[in-house]
Amino acid sequence: MTKADIIETIYEKVGLSKKESGQIIELIFEIMRSELENGEKVKISGFGNFNIRSKKVRRGRNPQTGEEIEISARSVLTFRASPVLKKALNN
Amino acid sequence: MVKSELIQKLSEKANLPPKIAEIAVNTVFKSMTDAMVRGEGIEIRGFGSFKVRKYEGRKGNHPRTGTTIEIEPKRRPFFKVGKELRERINKKSSDD
Repeated sequence: MTKADIIETIYEKVGLSKKESGQIIELIFEIMRSELENGEKVKISGFGNFNIRSKKVRRGRNPQTGEEIEISARSVLTFRASPVLKKALNN
Repeated sequence: MVKSELIQKLSEKANLPPKIAEIAVNTVFKSMTDAMVRGEGIEIRGFGSFKVRKYEGRKGNHPRTGTTIEIEPKRRPFFKVGKELRERINKKSSDD
């Protein structure tokens, strides 16, 4: 499934034009992106939570050369599926 | 941000009646859930992708009692962040 398939569903179910449906989907993901970018979590009940985790600097190794390198501090995005979604996948 | 706030923001930014914004947001996550239930992956360019991993049933040990138990086969959703979003999240934190 890609964005195009979701646009199609919005178009059919919500009764907006294809162009509007596309813009709305773009906007939904952009609102979520900017929220996450600002370090805020996004919680979608029944689907899951997107969280930002801060990682400290750590030492690592280049797996190809074995050379020791420093892995810089960074923020990463994690997704935790809602129990509702997990249940839906196992019915 | 919770789902109701996402709906509210969408309604403001897209100039949509709140009720329509609510239906749109719910439809997006419903169609994504349905796709995963069908076992399909989802790719949202610029955001990330979802995959469903299948786990075979296996025998395991009950952590407390140590007895052997049957672990049922299961499916779990996984998310991988897309390049654009990963970079945006990281850029912000390294600016701080």
